Amino acid sequence: MKYLSEYRDPQLAQTLARKIRLTATRRWTLMEVCGGQTHTIVRQGIDELLEGSIEMIHGPGCPVCVTPLEQIDRAVHLAGRPDVIFTSFGDMLRVPGSDCDLQQVRARGGAVKVVYSPLDALTLAERHPDKEVVFFAVGFETTAPANAMAVAEAARRGLRNFSVLVSHVTVPPAMEAILSAADNRVQGFLAAGHVCTIMGWTEYEPIARRYRVPIVVTGFEPLDILEGMLMVVEQLERGEYRVDNQYARAVKRDGNQAAQDTVNKVFELRDRQWRGIGMIPGSGLGIRPEYAAWDAEVKFDLAGIVANEPADCHAGEVLRGQMKPFDCPSFGSRCTPEHPMGAPMVSSEGACAAYYNYGRFRQGSPLANPAMTLPILATT
Amino acid sequence: MTTTSAPTPSIASVGLNCPTPHSTHDCVVLGHGSGGKLSAQLFRERFLPHFDNSVLRQQGDAAVLTVGNSRLAMSTDTFVVQPLEFPGGDIGTLAVHGTVNDIAMMGARPLYLTTGFVIEEGLPMDVLDRVIASMAAAAREQGVTIVAGDTKVVERGKGDGLFINTAGIGLLDADFAPSADQARPDDVILLSGPIGRHGMAIMSAREAIGFDTTITSDTAALWPLVDALRGATAGHVHVLRDPTRGGVASALNEIAAASNTGMMLDEASIPVPPDVLAACEMLGLDPMYVANEGVLVAIVPPEHADVALAALRAHPVGANAVRIGHVVAQHPRMVVMRTHVGGTRIVDMLPGDQLPRIC
Repeated sequence: MKYLSEYRDPQLAQTLARKIRLTATRRWTLMEVCGGQTHTIVRQGIDELLEGSIEMIHGPGCPVCVTPLEQIDRAVHLAGRPDVIFTSFGDMLRVPGSDCDLQQVRARGGAVKVVYSPLDALTLAERHPDKEVVFFAVGFETTAPANAMAVAEAARRGLRNFSVLVSHVTVPPAMEAILSAADNRVQGFLAAGHVCTIMGWTEYEPIARRYRVPIVVTGFEPLDILEGMLMVVEQLERGEYRVDNQYARAVKRDGNQAAQDTVNKVFELRDRQWRGIGMIPGSGLGIRPEYAAWDAEVKFDLAGIVANEPADCHAGEVLRGQMKPFDCPSFGSRCTPEHPMGAPMVSSEGACAAYYNYGRFRQGSPLANPAMTLPILATT
Repeated sequence: MTTTSAPTPSIASVGLNCPTPHSTHDCVVLGHGSGGKLSAQLFRERFLPHFDNSVLRQQGDAAVLTVGNSRLAMSTDTFVVQPLEFPGGDIGTLAVHGTVNDIAMMGARPLYLTTGFVIEEGLPMDVLDRVIASMAAAAREQGVTIVAGDTKVVERGKGDGLFINTAGIGLLDADFAPSADQARPDDVILLSGPIGRHGMAIMSAREAIGFDTTITSDTAALWPLVDALRGATAGHVHVLRDPTRGGVASALNEIAAASNTGMMLDEASIPVPPDVLAACEMLGLDPMYVANEGVLVAIVPPEHADVALAALRAHPVGANAVRIGHVVAQHPRMVVMRTHVGGTRIVDMLPGDQLPRIC
């Protein structure tokens, strides 16, 4: 497919990597916000190519990882009810709650269905008027418009047996929280392209100014990432700090106004817990009171479900970029994808899963045998 | 969207905690059937302790049995695909190809099949007729004979339309015995065609997804390719495997584990059809783990690689065969890939099913 192969061209990638190494006069520390970008970086070995010039630290942009345990427990509770068909994106099925995950609920007889769009859940509700269909609305600004549309559409059709369990979070407050931390090391950001497709980048401009940090809206293919890194490094080298757009083929300055309108119609800003991180005020979305009839938290009595999270996992430090997965004392020993201690090891966008699945033989990994470490291709 | 006026906290000031999730299974989950780590664990921990014997322990695609002066390959497989008819094939053709391919991967010529049908009450008779007809046609095409069968009908709601089991038997030559434990450092890894077509064709036809595409299943019988390889290399083929459930990644991991070798792949050389790649990108799936039903992986000594590749390409089913990498000693039991941009990454077994991502 030309549209994809163009952004994976090995020669262009080598050229960009060389340019970054030549441009950087010192080792810069950048954060990619989005878990999808983390996976491209580790899966393609981009961090290996730039060792010495760029240190990539991985941000909290994995929607699965940051969904609070309490919300997973609520999902598990609802999915186990005999009158409920519980619908979710596939990623969420393996994320463990306090006692079990949605996959296990399904195996025990719960009606748990993977859908590819919240509108599919709406269709299920129409087909099963005798059941309550609940959709697990998880994610950043990227998934919020379709989830909002499903609620608005249910209201329009008068579909009373449909509701959503919302766990939406937004990116800018998390970036500010990271930059405000006393031990912050982030000098530049790759902003998540998909989020900016919806939101544009105007909300990043005050952050770039206030914290004097360059931010580049970046896509997800290897060449997108490399070009985004180069654009950040060029600003850093010149002492500049503004928002640039690498992902111009998908992102406009003001984003998608119609999508934003839909989100604003159904959702309002709320304080939100981030799993492994904690409460960030104004960082989430919740359903407006006028749509309460489609809010699963209002419709079902979920108040009694309170999760207690043990503190022997370092996922929080990984999620806020203060620890690399390799540096976690449990990485690859007590914590693996088969026996995960934290969501970043189980999620398809989690940083720990990326390091384990794609890079656990690399230098720095507690699992690497020096004889197994492989040289990267000559890049000069 | 409106913006908040709430003060932004420092993350350092908020609590750090993370749950300890549970991943032990007290009941079977769908991932146990994915062909990945959970499937292997199920076999190793549940079945093998009870059924253990020297033949089963070899864990080949088919069992190799000595009966009198003959060596036979025997295999069984059960097909539970939905929908029953999909672009490029149906459950009947799969049930024939799946089992004859398992036998062929041992280097045996498939001869006889048996079949068992579990039919759900209410299955339209014309669907059953079409499936039986296409099974018969697939068997005829391969020169295998269906010699015994069984039918059971279950109540509506107790099945998924139709399940088909096939078991097969084939004859081995004395001088040709590829097996997963025979991969050796420097061997060349060949792939007989593009990957991911079957899995994505099935997915595109599923009601819940239903994306428009021209992808058709690659389902095909592979004995002709095996026969061609045997002839071209004078039997010097170390390993054959058809990467079905779990895809090429799982098949190569199984070979690496069985032979205690490593695999080094070149991402750029692995053929993924553009429409398969596009569908995988859309759903967040890796084509290396998507099921195939008409390609094989052959691992051959380097001196026979060119002639083996030419033999594969001479047959229509293997016309697009390629080298995708080689066997190495450096990282035993691990499959590693040189990426498009020149980095390296592990290609691991998946813990369970590949699940489409959120965004």
